Amino acid sequence: MIASHLLNLLAFSALVSAVFATLLRDDLKSRLRFGALNFAAFVLSAIVLGWIMGPFPS
Amino acid sequence: MAAQTAAAPARSGVLPACLLAWVLPGAGHFYLGRRGKGLLFLGTIGALFLLGVVMKSRLQLYLGLEDPLALLFSIAQMAAGVPYFLARALGYEAGLVTAVTYEYGNTFTAVAGLLNILVILDAHDTAVGRKS
Repeated sequence: MIASHLLNLLAFSALVSAVFATLLRDDLKSRLRFGALNFAAFVLSAIVLGWIMGPFPS
Repeated sequence: MAAQTAAAPARSGVLPACLLAWVLPGAGHFYLGRRGKGLLFLGTIGALFLLGVVMKSRLQLYLGLEDPLALLFSIAQMAAGVPYFLARALGYEAGLVTAVTYEYGNTFTAVAGLLNILVILDAHDTAVGRKS
């Protein structure tokens, strides 16, 4: 069982980015580039949203 | 003319390709000869679904209309195909609502099914010749 939020985020982002890149791009180079950008966007946006939500009470 | 000739044999396999793509993620692409894509879809969507089950996701089977969100969630999970029904048959349908990872698991299994819907559409487009 993955109990770490960060590991969950990384695993989810990597797997979903791989599917999106394969579906939306045709050659290997652009797939790798799109997948990496997608992965970075997932991770960064989650971290930024988490940081913005920090001051809110739980 | 050449493009029509090339697309014609694939067109006859539209229904089997879509059905296979639903039954097992990536199987539709295997059927169409796109083995690399098929393997990648099987590995990634299979891993997402498996991780979700390991994280104690509930594998809901709700087909009523009183709770539309539960219906949509159930349809999303069912779109993963055989892995969903196999996991239910093996007794993983209840999940564990008190587990820390329960909501993560639900997200993983539902997203696996939703991604498989996109894969089914991709198999359809490949079969009719819209995609290479």
